[in-house]
Amino acid sequence: MAETMRPAETTELGVGPLVPPQLPLAGEEDFEIQLESLNQWQLAWRRFKRHRLALIGSVAFGLIVLIAIVAPILWPYDVTDIPGAKTYGGDAPGLAPLSRLFGTDFGGRSVLQQVLVGARISVEVGVFTMLIAASLGVAVGSIAGYFGGMIDGFLMRFVDLLLAIPFLFVILVAARFFGGGDVVTLILIFGLLSWPGLARLVRAMFLSLREMDFVQAARAVGVSDLRIAFRHILPNALGPIVVSATLIMANAIVLEAFVSFLNFGIRATDVSWGNALSNSQGYLLNGNWWWPFFPGMAIAISVISVNFMGDGLRDALDPRARE
Amino acid sequence: MSDATAAPSATKADPTGRDYGSSNGQVLLKVDGLVKYYPILGGLLRRKIGDVRAVDDVSFEINRGEVFGLVGESGCGKSTLGKTLIRLHPPTAGTASLDGEPIFEKRGKDLKRLRRRMQIIFQDPVGSLNPRMPVSDIIGEGLLAQAEKENGWGDRKVRDKRVGDFLEAVGLRRDYARRYPHEFSGGQRQRIGIARALALDPQFVVCDEPVSALDVSIQSQILNLLLDLRREFNLTYLFVAHNLSVVQYISDQVAVMYLGRIVEVADVQRLYSEPRHPYTVALLSAVPDPDPRVRKKRLVLKGDVPSPAAPPSGCRFHTRCWLREHLGNPENCVTDDPALREIGTAAGHRVACHYAERVSDAVVERAAALQPAIVADVAEEV
Repeated sequence: MAETMRPAETTELGVGPLVPPQLPLAGEEDFEIQLESLNQWQLAWRRFKRHRLALIGSVAFGLIVLIAIVAPILWPYDVTDIPGAKTYGGDAPGLAPLSRLFGTDFGGRSVLQQVLVGARISVEVGVFTMLIAASLGVAVGSIAGYFGGMIDGFLMRFVDLLLAIPFLFVILVAARFFGGGDVVTLILIFGLLSWPGLARLVRAMFLSLREMDFVQAARAVGVSDLRIAFRHILPNALGPIVVSATLIMANAIVLEAFVSFLNFGIRATDVSWGNALSNSQGYLLNGNWWWPFFPGMAIAISVISVNFMGDGLRDALDPRARE
Repeated sequence: MSDATAAPSATKADPTGRDYGSSNGQVLLKVDGLVKYYPILGGLLRRKIGDVRAVDDVSFEINRGEVFGLVGESGCGKSTLGKTLIRLHPPTAGTASLDGEPIFEKRGKDLKRLRRRMQIIFQDPVGSLNPRMPVSDIIGEGLLAQAEKENGWGDRKVRDKRVGDFLEAVGLRRDYARRYPHEFSGGQRQRIGIARALALDPQFVVCDEPVSALDVSIQSQILNLLLDLRREFNLTYLFVAHNLSVVQYISDQVAVMYLGRIVEVADVQRLYSEPRHPYTVALLSAVPDPDPRVRKKRLVLKGDVPSPAAPPSGCRFHTRCWLREHLGNPENCVTDDPALREIGTAAGHRVACHYAERVSDAVVERAAALQPAIVADVAEEV
């Protein structure tokens, strides 16, 4: 009988070592099933793994990043090398058996190679724009939300100003003005212009979290304001910040393609997805659908995978989310 | 002052037990004319267009070792009062002192040192613990912030030991320190919040509705824990609540607040047996009786609490006062603001009503009889 009446020790699918039932100390914890405590990163990873789309998204994006790093080294692309001029339908060195998988463009160059090598600029633009915008946005938003008053008013009016300026015109003008089609310039322009939304978000998070009881409790025990900002407020604002940052990244990838398509972005001698689209625009009506199709798909896939990743991260980083 | 590094096991209990504090009558906390207004900002330029008078000219004293209960409806300013006292909100005016030391004048290092002596326990057991911190950090953070050479709290080992000691003091296991808040039940979380407050060895603790978010079965556990801890650590509580039965159970003195003012103060037996402010009378008549056969005559107040941004003239309660109606609407209720005064029933029983002496059982019964429909309703429900 004692055997059959044992408490639910053998449940929980064997997750974590089981701790023998202990005597309740406070009365209300009699029926607790003890699991080994996981730290919050392990828990976050566990929740992330359960999010299938996010997992697919991050694998896809990881692959894209890998391609972005490797492809330009393995299959260097030279726009002046027009195989079609010499032979009909040239093969990219090293890509040989696959180089015509996505067809060739008007110069006889491999579209596959352009898609692979073009990933670098998109990833660079996406990642570094996101880093710049996230640091600026978090910094400005934290300062505004944390100090409040005049500083807040000043910073937020500045943000309003930036948001009121038509983004596209500024980018086009700035790209032309500072430009020369340099990636770094483009990243700086995107980064410096895409933080205001995030700053507003961070500020709002600060304002609401500042009133939470656990922040008040930290103040009541004498924790310094700076530590409160970094240990209590920012970690709890992480989820929305991450989502917003991934959105900025996806947006920057699209923006690069768009600006390059308009010939205001990456210089025409570099290969990027936007440039590939731009080059194909005159030929689409001839039925050469593969010229824009594959670079376009590459843009779409990277944007979607980044968004899925952000979605999964938000859920994973929410410590209140139930198992 | 008590020894800052005292371990919780070092019991300093008084042999007289529960009422040891109220008997020595030494004032620990003195509040004088405390005012807390929140500005209402409006218009394009966010200019101040008015004030919410959350706490308006409140004075009282709490004796060492006492539990001072503070009751009132939602929004009457009782939580604001508690939080202003421990310097979570800046006061608008007034003075307060803890053990003779002024509270509101402290700045910087002095303020930080003062914070160790006054702590708070929050209402919401979920919102009061940072979900991203393990319990060891939640409780240990205050120790780290207050670390000094003498207490040695800067040392991780000392801190961890103290965290464990206080987890045990509130009835939890030492090894819970490694866990995160989401792994605990509401009652356990509230215990963690209590441990956090007590780990700093405070003299005075504001209990801001510490049991109102808990299951009834757990409320009494926490209340008894608070009473035990008071004895063990020589604590003085300001106990804020809206549950009259809870306040009656735990308090030595009780103050009733209405619209930012204290309208009646007395020791607990006096207040519950002989309430003299018409608002207190109405509140007490609304306390449910556990015996279903008891038919209570309940005084139901008309209307809602007026806006604290525009409190009524004269006595703030006059818009809803049954006594005023009963007395034929005397003029001075509307024109004169009644002071909180001794009415001679007992020392320390103070009431802010012009006609407090007119309140008696007979008057209450007659007033209740004038609202037969409502009384019948209540009886039906019961």
